[in-house]
Amino acid sequence: MHTLASTSIDMTAKLTLIAPEILLFIGAVVVAVLGLSRAPAVRRAVPAVTALFLAGSIAVTAFVYRSDAVAESGLLIPMLGGYAKALIASIGIFLVMVGGPAIDRRLEEAFDSGRAAFDPIRTMRGEFFAFFLLSMAGTMLIANANDLIWLFLALELSSLPTYVMVAVSRGTRRAQEAAVKYFFLGALSAATFLYGFALLYGATGSLEFPVMQQQLAMQAATGGISTLAIIGGVLAVLGIAFKLAAVPMHFYAPDVYEGAGAPTTAFLGFVPKVAGVLALIVLLSLFGWSGHTAMFDGAAREISGLPAPIAAVLWMVAVLTMTLGNIGALLQRNVKRMLAYSSIAQSGYLLIGILSGPKDGFDAVLFYLVGYGVMNTAVFAVLAALERNGEEVEALDDLSGLRTRQPVLAWMLAFAAIGLIGMPPLIGFFGKLALFSSGIESGQTVLVIIAAVNSAISAFYYLQLVAVPMLGAPNARTSSVQTIASPWPRYAAVLCGVGVLVMPLAVQSLVVAAASSTDSIAPQQSAAVPAEPAVDAQAAATAPEVSGISR
Amino acid sequence: MLSTLLNLHVILPLAAAAAIALAPQRQARWIATFASLATLGLSLAAAFNFGGWSDGSFEPKADGISWLASMGISLTFAVDSVSLMLILLTTFLTPLAMIGSFTAVQEREKEYYGWFMVLLAAMTAVFMARDAIVFYTAYEFTLVPMYFLIAIFGGAERKAASIKFFLYTFLGSILTLSGVIYIAAQYAKSHGGSWTFDLSTLATFCSTELGADQQYWIFILLMVGFAVKVPFFPVHTWLPLAHDQAPTAGSVILAGTLLKLGTYGVYRVALPAAPVGGVELSQLLAVLCIIGIVNAALICWVQHDAKKLIAYSSVSHLGFCMLGLFSLNSLGATGSVMYMINHGLSTGALFLCIGMIYERYHTKDMDQLGGLFKRMPVWSFFMVFFTLASLGLPGLNGFIGEFLCLMGCFTAEPNSVSGWPGILGPWYAVVAGLGLVLAAMYLLILLGKLVWGPLREPHGESHHGGSHDTHLPADLTPREIGILVPLAAVCLAIGFYPKPMLEAIAPSVEKTLAPYPKLVERFVQDGSLLAPAGKTDGVALAPSTTESPERKTVGF
Repeated sequence: MHTLASTSIDMTAKLTLIAPEILLFIGAVVVAVLGLSRAPAVRRAVPAVTALFLAGSIAVTAFVYRSDAVAESGLLIPMLGGYAKALIASIGIFLVMVGGPAIDRRLEEAFDSGRAAFDPIRTMRGEFFAFFLLSMAGTMLIANANDLIWLFLALELSSLPTYVMVAVSRGTRRAQEAAVKYFFLGALSAATFLYGFALLYGATGSLEFPVMQQQLAMQAATGGISTLAIIGGVLAVLGIAFKLAAVPMHFYAPDVYEGAGAPTTAFLGFVPKVAGVLALIVLLSLFGWSGHTAMFDGAAREISGLPAPIAAVLWMVAVLTMTLGNIGALLQRNVKRMLAYSSIAQSGYLLIGILSGPKDGFDAVLFYLVGYGVMNTAVFAVLAALERNGEEVEALDDLSGLRTRQPVLAWMLAFAAIGLIGMPPLIGFFGKLALFSSGIESGQTVLVIIAAVNSAISAFYYLQLVAVPMLGAPNARTSSVQTIASPWPRYAAVLCGVGVLVMPLAVQSLVVAAASSTDSIAPQQSAAVPAEPAVDAQAAATAPEVSGISR
Repeated sequence: MLSTLLNLHVILPLAAAAAIALAPQRQARWIATFASLATLGLSLAAAFNFGGWSDGSFEPKADGISWLASMGISLTFAVDSVSLMLILLTTFLTPLAMIGSFTAVQEREKEYYGWFMVLLAAMTAVFMARDAIVFYTAYEFTLVPMYFLIAIFGGAERKAASIKFFLYTFLGSILTLSGVIYIAAQYAKSHGGSWTFDLSTLATFCSTELGADQQYWIFILLMVGFAVKVPFFPVHTWLPLAHDQAPTAGSVILAGTLLKLGTYGVYRVALPAAPVGGVELSQLLAVLCIIGIVNAALICWVQHDAKKLIAYSSVSHLGFCMLGLFSLNSLGATGSVMYMINHGLSTGALFLCIGMIYERYHTKDMDQLGGLFKRMPVWSFFMVFFTLASLGLPGLNGFIGEFLCLMGCFTAEPNSVSGWPGILGPWYAVVAGLGLVLAAMYLLILLGKLVWGPLREPHGESHHGGSHDTHLPADLTPREIGILVPLAAVCLAIGFYPKPMLEAIAPSVEKTLAPYPKLVERFVQDGSLLAPAGKTDGVALAPSTTESPERKTVGF
């Protein structure tokens, strides 16, 4: 019955909304070219140019998400991109500060000292930051996905550059090994969610979200959502779990985090997570959450909620992710592996918000991501700012007594770690508060209690990040730990570490900003939806509002 | 005026902490001493400006500064008579603890005094908070300074002690937070999505509109965190270790004030919010109290380490305090609040006394020390004085609270003729009374070993008893006497004339326990307040049902 309908959505509206991404694409090309320049000064400017483009995309986001284009875009959750893009680009600027000096550092030193002649083949800085921007652009595009093809391409655009970034992040074999692992498992996950997408297409006869949503709502009202759609949904969720580093797709995280350079690990700890969260929000909106209405047959129908199997899968994934992540982290003595497991556990918390659904659950997840991004960046910035005999600092023991040599970095690490525990009044606490509140509000009390217990477990290893640098004694190993020449990672550490302390003062504005992303543009459900869930041009344009964006 | 004074209780210590961070190392102690004395001044000024001594109301009534408006969180500070007394206790003990640390702490002074100032701000904020999230924030944030104080300045096992302390309390209180969020979420659901975390609003909502089963589980969740902090019998194991390892001033504050956060939480949050849970579980909790009292007392009996002995005696004593609360009548609860304050004074003083010994001999082992009266008569006088206060000698401060707690428990039998009904009764009081006998025993053993008998000093110490690095004289210095005298004076004053305090506590207790008499009566009639299986709604608690004629006939 339904075919791939040609959409009537105004192409300019769509393009307007992806202006921030377009700017980042341009930026990617520019930095790729600049990175090949013979002039060292130009090559050194690459991170700054990257940051400029990110700042530009924040400005563009703020501008375009005020225009009418948002209303005309026909997206299920039209404002989602406004907040998400600003968030990604803002944290991105800090990530550039962390990563800027690290890439090609040895090579540049060799060029400077005349030990090697300039060789454009060997420089990587331009490529790294080009891929950096491309991955960010891909992640941003997910928020604008309105059909499965777009969603798939955006997810891939978000993933593919990261494989390269891992490989070039530092000149060791471990980085290459990590990249290969990451790539193959990433391909597996892509296949999984692509398979899920195919089944969803089979179940609904459409690739377009508004149509699919109506189809699924109709199925739900008349005899239940088809098994095909449910299997498709489950597969898609499991595939996207890879981006979140959630169970059962979490295995790569420790190895990849350990193998990649600290700046890239910081990136991996944040950007793919945002991608996963956005993808789940967009995708699961097709099924709708309980308490929301969908329009078809000319009447508003209550949506009974996520299909039970999908909700159950999400619930189990959440519980296993937070529990296994925390238990895994307890056993680590390598800081980056510990943080990898901790980031797995954090994904478990994020899933509470996803499971709680709109509006509060989404708002909570999106709000949580700001605090998490800042704390995550702060921790990795401290690691990136330190070196030991020219190698990265990885072992927990290398940080012992850091306070005596680098008091500022030790304090910033302590702030970030205490924030990650969820200690009030730091920013991490408010994220957890929002997640837990939305969870309990939507009836997930047991899940929240499991998460609460998990937070307490996580306190044990996060405290190590406080105790070892602040209370430990310097030893023979740590005497050779020093800061790297470039001050930028230190600046990022200080900005983010202080941010953990200061952001709670502005918590209301952050919460409001996060909440604005799921605001519906038009007041709830235009009554103009036609009687048939027909896929004519009009329906596609007006029906999008059926999603459960507002209660 | 009062509002400003209360806000300054948080701002001044935090400002002092910031000043300490910037000031040179040697100035830290003076800034801390001055700031904590100034905070004491603030509390005294607040006490004079406070108008609610006689009616148990909260002042000031104005709303605070909005913090997270979309969830109804605001920085609201207000006190009633009980919280003001506990604030006075905190600000009274802190300067003494600061002055008491001058010789004990010689390195990393900035961190030491800075964290104490942060701790002071957090503790006063707990007692002032009228918003559940602000309460939780302050309650939880006390962990961070205490963690650093134990981990940096503690004894040999400080790492294990600090982590155990942190994890136990963190796990407990995050479950308490879940309970609070649960109430708030139910409130938001029934109020069209508008959130609030105002403590009294939530307590009223939870106790009147939520069903019996919900209240039961909420009470358990709330209780977990407070029980860990108190510390309550099965979850008390962090305390002796923390006390043993903490520096003296840390122990003073830990015993004096931090443990009171737990009892205060039960009094202010758990009991008023979920009275059904309070009634249903009071017998079980009372049994746990008694096990805790006797168990800890027996452990005290065999202790060789003086500081650990005092630490375990805290567990035992706070059992009495909780027993008074779970009597669920005004007598027991009043006694319990008295006990909170008096335990803070006498146990804080005992830790100071032991700390003075430790500074001189670098041991707290009672097998190595003895007969110190011959060496340190002044110290011995104070030690005996505070020990007697701690074991509840009539005329000193410990007696009145202990007596009221036991009395409240004793009379708390169903259909009590005394006018203080409850669901405990004489048997509970009699068994708990064993703890008193044991307390007398182990405290007198402590005195017998440390103070009386032949003089015993550890080998290797100089003949004059002074240690090598601190050059303290054998007996107390004027500074040390100056710390103990105010404590002794307050102990005496409260012991001789507790009436004004009791009168100030009573109205607050009345308000806290307001829902209880009716529920206790129903519990006695029906055997349980929980709805029978399959029937779980709030209606069962509505007054109309409670007083329905059939129920009354069934009861008799």
